[in-house]
Amino acid sequence: MAILIFYIIIFVAAFYVVKVATSFTKSQDDFTSLKTVTFGDESAVSPNRAASFISVIAVFAIWAAFTGSKLIPIHVPGPFIGELTFSYIAMNSSGETDDADVTITVYDVQSGDIPEKLDIDPGSGFAHNDTDQIITYRSGLIKVQNNDDGGKEKGYKVISVNGQEISPDTEIFIDNARIFMTRKGTLSVTPEKGWQMQPVWLPAPETVWSRLVKVGSEGYKNFTLLEHLGWSLIRVVVGFLAGAIIGIPLGYAMGLSGWFRGWFDPIVEFMRPVPPLALIPLVIIWFGIGEQGKIILLFLASLWIMTISARAGVSGVNIAKIHAAYSLGASKWQIMRLVIVPNSLPEIFTGARVSMGVCWGTVVAAELVAAQKGAGMMIINASKFQMTDLVIMGIVLIGVIGYAIDILMRISENYLVPWKGK
Amino acid sequence: MKGLSINNISMRFDLKNGSSVQALKDVSLDIDEGQIITVLGPSGCGKTTLLNIVAGFLAPTEGNVVLNEQVVQGPGAERGMVFQQGALFEWMNVQSNVAFGPRMKGMSKSEQGEKVKHLLEIVGLADFEDKAVYELSGGMQQRVALARCLANDPDVILMDEPLGALDALTREKMQGLVLKLWKETGKTIILITHSVEEAVLLGERLLVLAPRPGRIHKEYTLPFAEMGVNMDLREVKKADGYTKTRDEILSIIWEMEEEIMGRAEEN
Repeated sequence: MAILIFYIIIFVAAFYVVKVATSFTKSQDDFTSLKTVTFGDESAVSPNRAASFISVIAVFAIWAAFTGSKLIPIHVPGPFIGELTFSYIAMNSSGETDDADVTITVYDVQSGDIPEKLDIDPGSGFAHNDTDQIITYRSGLIKVQNNDDGGKEKGYKVISVNGQEISPDTEIFIDNARIFMTRKGTLSVTPEKGWQMQPVWLPAPETVWSRLVKVGSEGYKNFTLLEHLGWSLIRVVVGFLAGAIIGIPLGYAMGLSGWFRGWFDPIVEFMRPVPPLALIPLVIIWFGIGEQGKIILLFLASLWIMTISARAGVSGVNIAKIHAAYSLGASKWQIMRLVIVPNSLPEIFTGARVSMGVCWGTVVAAELVAAQKGAGMMIINASKFQMTDLVIMGIVLIGVIGYAIDILMRISENYLVPWKGK
Repeated sequence: MKGLSINNISMRFDLKNGSSVQALKDVSLDIDEGQIITVLGPSGCGKTTLLNIVAGFLAPTEGNVVLNEQVVQGPGAERGMVFQQGALFEWMNVQSNVAFGPRMKGMSKSEQGEKVKHLLEIVGLADFEDKAVYELSGGMQQRVALARCLANDPDVILMDEPLGALDALTREKMQGLVLKLWKETGKTIILITHSVEEAVLLGERLLVLAPRPGRIHKEYTLPFAEMGVNMDLREVKKADGYTKTRDEILSIIWEMEEEIMGRAEEN
């Protein structure tokens, strides 16, 4: 919740800062700036690159600030670390009261150095001073009665902490901690956790980075990082190519022959809306959890998309083009090769882009279920050991690769079918 | 006998609801080699059907089309076609589009190149060989379409509203080009149009088709195409008889359109 509020504050603040900053620079008199109606005119809306830049920075800044990262100097308050002291007053079975001090060392187990147990003077009276240690983000039961004279007797109870009255099932707040009395009268101390995220929920950016460096050099679970990612990619490419090799000719056949269309229409229309992930159990039953099963799953994921896009490419050909080619003396085969195939390429490319995206999503999901290697296997395995840094690293890499695939497809599309959309 | 004859063509086809449509009824026409014929008529009168039958894309239910003593059985290279738009191959540049017909005939690359160069000069697109067709304006694209059709050296050129999608100024220029190509190449041309003015200006013979069933309503023999070869078309429009002919045909078409509207209201 705090994070969301911070994010909105940064969003609004950045908007005004950029607005003020750009108001000093000379505005360009391009055509859009001269438009008086921009609200609702989609062509007048272009992404503000300053906003994009700040947006990315903001995500990292919030991430760093809420994880106590060393990358930036300002953080939200972290968990309390150090010595926590409070005093309590106990009443023994005969109605006498006495006070004693409790000193608790709160330490960060991640930093590696575990503090020595403090040596303290027990003090006078029947209540003796106590000491204990608590790890940050945890709470500890402080059994003050254990070393107090008569602490085990019926009637002994702690009646106040730091001058605040306390009874079972109630809580009080002291500096840097919350103290709760259990039903049996034991004090449960929870040191202040601060606003930062525990590393097990969200590690700092540099932890993720150092994990990337470590996994990049040492590998993870018998395979290097490149092997994990490479295997996922190979599965996608092989599955996609298999789908395209079968799907495109099938789509052409469906676009050109009534028999093929009639025969395959029910199959294609039925299989198309079935999410590939729903096929995973069946594929595992039939083909096992090896490479074969995964590639068949990806083949099925891309097959229908490629078939439908090839069919749409053939159906979308302007009949005037076909007539023109016939009256220029082209044979059926020449019309196929010189008119139908090139005419369908834009549709096929759109299908290929969608298909690659679906395959990439499917392969990660399939690896989550069962795999020896692969990006999905890496993160599901890491999550079992609570290696959140590795999980986040994996997610980022999966995102980057998915994005790169899409960009590559778009570049090759511009290069190979420049007439698309014209 | 050289030339094109359309003999007693009728076209009727069944609709899914059991009724049938008589698109053309008993249309006959003899066209000498080198004539330019324009075909006019209200929408739905079967102009395009007639052209598709001559091109060989449709088989008539009765009658036949004979070109140079050969009965038309299907599409063929001797009957070239120019469409309204969208018939160019976007994945080929101007050169490859124009060279398509010669390439289908197996002409050598160098011959293709020469032919393309020559034709592009005629249609006024010299130096545009390497341009992509989607980079050209609508008028330029139609010039390419004309050149592509001519490259195949057809006996008859069938034009299905080739200038329909162009703006008025470009259209006027292209009308001049059509006349110029007609005279220079001596091809037989059948041109379908919606524009009465265009039909009067470009047609040596002008056919007015009547709808339901499509049939020849009236035929004119006009001098304006011949005049237009050597004269600015705007001058031709001032010639004796032009306005009178145009208005006469306009009123015929108007009457037909009103009759169609009337029948539609009755239903």
